[in-house]
Amino acid sequence: MVTSKRFRDRLVDWLITGFLLFIGISTLLPIINTLAISVSDKSAVAGGMVNLIPVKFNLTAYSYIMQDSKFWRAFFISIQRVFVGGFVNFAFAVLCAFPLSRNKKSFPARNIFMWFFVFTMVLNVGVVPWYLTISKYGLLDSFWALILPGAVPVWNVILLMNFFRNIPKELDEAARIDGANPWQVLWHIYLPTSLPALATITLFSIVGHWNSFFDGLILMNNPDNYPLQTYIQQLVIAERSVLNSGQAQLFAKMSNNTLNAAKLFVAMIPILLIYPFLQRYFIRGIMLGAVKE
Amino acid sequence: MRRNKEGITYTLMIMPGVIVLFLFTIVPLFYSVIAFQKFNPALGIRNSTWVGLDNIKILLQMPDAMEVFRNTLVIATAKIISLLVVAVIFALLLNEVRFLRIKRWVQTLVYLPHFLSWVILAGILRNLLARNGMVNDLLTPFTSSPIQFLGRPNLFPWVVVISEVWKEFGFEAIIYLAALMNISPTLYEVADLDGANRFQKILYISLPSIVPTIVLAAALSIGNVLNAGFDQIFNLYSPIVYSTGDILDTFVYRMGLIQGQYSIGTMVGLMKTVVSMILIAISYWVASKWANYRIF
Repeated sequence: MVTSKRFRDRLVDWLITGFLLFIGISTLLPIINTLAISVSDKSAVAGGMVNLIPVKFNLTAYSYIMQDSKFWRAFFISIQRVFVGGFVNFAFAVLCAFPLSRNKKSFPARNIFMWFFVFTMVLNVGVVPWYLTISKYGLLDSFWALILPGAVPVWNVILLMNFFRNIPKELDEAARIDGANPWQVLWHIYLPTSLPALATITLFSIVGHWNSFFDGLILMNNPDNYPLQTYIQQLVIAERSVLNSGQAQLFAKMSNNTLNAAKLFVAMIPILLIYPFLQRYFIRGIMLGAVKE
Repeated sequence: MRRNKEGITYTLMIMPGVIVLFLFTIVPLFYSVIAFQKFNPALGIRNSTWVGLDNIKILLQMPDAMEVFRNTLVIATAKIISLLVVAVIFALLLNEVRFLRIKRWVQTLVYLPHFLSWVILAGILRNLLARNGMVNDLLTPFTSSPIQFLGRPNLFPWVVVISEVWKEFGFEAIIYLAALMNISPTLYEVADLDGANRFQKILYISLPSIVPTIVLAAALSIGNVLNAGFDQIFNLYSPIVYSTGDILDTFVYRMGLIQGQYSIGTMVGLMKTVVSMILIAISYWVASKWANYRIF
């Protein structure tokens, strides 16, 4: 009786584990499918013969991408935007979160500013007035159009503020007694003790900047200014030609699908490279968001 | 005196952020007045004709408008419910896995799509769902001809909901997994002594313990019933499936920025914003009352 119960328990264990492994691997299959298409022979792809295993393995598509100047131009615009945008987001998040984490006694206007931030977070006026405003500022076709409209990451500000508030007040008070001013307290106490939270919000910003395509699409009239996701969106999804004539010739030779799949995969690589950090810090970020007082 | 100085320092610190936010979220709010105009970019706000609520009348006469509104509600609600159910079941099952290494591997696999953009995922789905793609290959024994998943209005919402679940279920499950880890092991030990089996332990201990988290997630999602997911639908839809796939955000984009109907597009956006803000207020009220949730 006891042994049969234990046996049944083990069996359930294996069934659940097997099922979850199946789910986990299935989640990955669509991505493997695209990877297989990108390294297969074009005629096999056109004939629908490629599922998970490459047919007539070759890297032609990748060697074409290596020479594709438009692709790399878009790629480097994205890299640039990740660095500049990530830094700008970081600076604004710290500068806004620190005052908001103070109590009303030391920062009397704190609540007014807090409501202002919450208001801007829930307010979403729609894309038309947003576009008109940015075009009025003369930012269309400028790199800064990808940075400035989202420069203050309100959600990150609130996450970081909650984190700052949970840092023991004694540290703060000790520094005050030694005569430190707010800037010194921020720089010498709050920043060094918040490294995990800072890493989290920075990763949020980096992924956000790498993945966004819509601002590039509507704020850039010249396709030469597209970031990578916008470039791919136009090429693969909207099937609009952002190619020059040399590439158009190439296109006739190549299977459209193979080359597109390779581009999708190359655009995934930066995310895959930072994935170990993402997994660790994003989960922590979600927990930060759930902080209660 | 010193306290006052400190307040000034904090104001200086926060001001750059406040100004940028003002320029890019409050100024567009003023621009929204063109919803009550027949806005002509050449004339600007000052010289365009004011038409009062005429744009609402025009909208109500458009046959697509109600359809778009209905599609938005249907897709968003279906997404919220199916994501919640799948994420809860997944978390409950994963919580049962005793091989820690396997548990971690499964998590690593299922979180990945969350970090990829809808542009990339839509490209992947187009390969997967093509006429001669992998899904149709798998279905060949059961169907007479390949199914065009992205070109059939009756199938399109299913593709949208299922692909959303694929992208987000793992990530959604994180909050439930965290809640499950906080359950005291003694509860399970007591249940063992009482002779409870695995299924009973899930049903009477694990599930009830995460009910508060489920209520919280459900409450917070109320604010999202008008957000059916612009990025996803924009990258998957085509005119053939507008009847079931066109949503408020894609409609606003096409109206306002492609067809140049600035005022109509702004009006739809404005109405959506007003309703969304009310819904968000309700959802936070529910969340704070029933789940003790505060964002700040």
